Amino acid sequence: MERRLSYKKYRNLPLHLMILPGLLLVLIYCYGPMFGLVISFQKFIPARGIGGSEWIGWENFRYVFELPGFTKVLWNTIFISFMKLFANLLVPIVMALLLNEVRKEAFKRGVQTLIYLPHFLSWIILGGVLIDILSPSQGIVNEILAWVGIKPIYFLGSNAWFRYVLVGSDVWKEFGFNTIVYLAALTGINPSLYEASIVDGANRWKQTMHVTLPGIVPIIVLLSVLSLGNVLNAGFDQVFNLYSAQVYETGDILDTFVYRIGLLEAQYGVATAIGFFQSVVTLAFISLSYYLAYRFANYRIF
Amino acid sequence: MVEPYSLSRKLFVGCNYTVLALISIFCILPLLHVFAVSLSSSQAAAAGYVKLWPVDFTMKNYEFVAGKSEFTRSLLVTLKRVGIGVPLNMLLTVLIAYPLSKDSLHFRPRTAYAWVFVVTILFSGGLIPLYMAVKYTMIMDTIWALILPSAVPVFNVILMLNFFRNLPKELEEAAFIDGAGHWTTLWKIYIPLSMASLATVTLFATVGHWNSWFDGMIFMNSPTHYPLQSYLQTVVINQDFSLFTSGRIKDFSNINDQTAKSAQIFLGALPILLVYPFLQRFFIKGVVLGSVKE
Repeated sequence: MERRLSYKKYRNLPLHLMILPGLLLVLIYCYGPMFGLVISFQKFIPARGIGGSEWIGWENFRYVFELPGFTKVLWNTIFISFMKLFANLLVPIVMALLLNEVRKEAFKRGVQTLIYLPHFLSWIILGGVLIDILSPSQGIVNEILAWVGIKPIYFLGSNAWFRYVLVGSDVWKEFGFNTIVYLAALTGINPSLYEASIVDGANRWKQTMHVTLPGIVPIIVLLSVLSLGNVLNAGFDQVFNLYSAQVYETGDILDTFVYRIGLLEAQYGVATAIGFFQSVVTLAFISLSYYLAYRFANYRIF
Repeated sequence: MVEPYSLSRKLFVGCNYTVLALISIFCILPLLHVFAVSLSSSQAAAAGYVKLWPVDFTMKNYEFVAGKSEFTRSLLVTLKRVGIGVPLNMLLTVLIAYPLSKDSLHFRPRTAYAWVFVVTILFSGGLIPLYMAVKYTMIMDTIWALILPSAVPVFNVILMLNFFRNLPKELEEAAFIDGAGHWTTLWKIYIPLSMASLATVTLFATVGHWNSWFDGMIFMNSPTHYPLQSYLQTVVINQDFSLFTSGRIKDFSNINDQTAKSAQIFLGALPILLVYPFLQRFFIKGVVLGSVKE
């Protein structure tokens, strides 16, 4: 018995060794920073380090929540991320249903190739493109609007428009990629269901409503639940590259706020407190959403 | 499924093809416009004549960008980053995914290890503590600051381990009976069978490294160490002229700002535009195999 045990132990040793390098890196660069969260309870001064800085309890948190701009930033974050969540769910579903009706394989593949493309470009590139085409003086979009007699709109500098530009451009970047999953789910629907519905006299529209859509409901539930974890993540890369002081009113989100307070104004303790708050809320939502996904869609990540 | 095509059905199919074609063109029109601007003369671009086709075709903008030392230097940083970062990502992905793909009956600490990695997606220390971790490990302002913090791509690990798990168990058992250990099984059996998934994950890792910019901006004290996207951020988005010497600004205004920017935007996207069409067939398969489980 003892011999078998030691043999087994020895046999799994390579598995431990394989994990070791990755584990070390994760401990240093993911868990290390988690311990760094203690500075949200400090009046942190870099020169003194964590050991030498003064402990001030919940003072940073109180300060943040009482900041005049904070509720606005929080609201912007939630508003933008919910709009994105909804649009990024709806558009890919419609797109997948439309693509599913296409019988010519080559055409289907061509469309897919083109619509996935923006997903792979960075927000720096796409930001540059958007700044160029949306410019009020020379942008091609405003020139087209001028043909129809609409006065130039400063899309990226207007509080009325900024959020919708964010959502629209995010959908533009991601809808193709999100469509993949639904298309995969559509191919998994049992063909005999369609045959049965045809026998019952259903036309294409009825087939779509009664076979196709119900067939992908589990995956819709799953993806919407999982995206709940992103409520406090409205997309730093995108906002940071498109916003300016003119649209802080509607476009400033928690991540950009942390960046300005933390790195530009060097209020490390305060910025960490906001990040901490964000992480805790995110964790709560992700846990809830995974629980819901497990419960209603029987999904487990690994 | 053979159905008679009614008139309304035909109408729908026609509209459907048209709408889909329009949507897909819409996805690349902005890029085509920028490409056209980058190949146009500065006068034509400034006057707004350029739509989707270059006006007064010229390569001057690209020559200007290629001659800019900031651009070529940051391109080298990015190439170095991709050259070291992607192989490291891939190595760690495979090395972590293999043990985690074993069931916990045979490898009992599996669940514990899995949680250690998954927690890092769920919870993070945030910007400032990460900055401090990079600082304390003394890799600030070196290429390692761009590589080590993101060396373990947990999302890719999950894709990979789900793929490994779907490989037939009998293969592994047969290998063990023939005297192979875990290392041999991984390299000789798992890896060769996972090429589609590996291609996908490599594409993700490469795109990730190519596209990141924020770490470059915060971990690199000197703009001369910026990777390409961070550099582009400063010229295309921020227009931070403090980065240029006064001679440079004159240089910059000689060549139209807009056309030069367009050329740089296009060059920044080019490698992805080139690689992507060849790999995209793989990744549809790779992603779907890894993500959707029945």
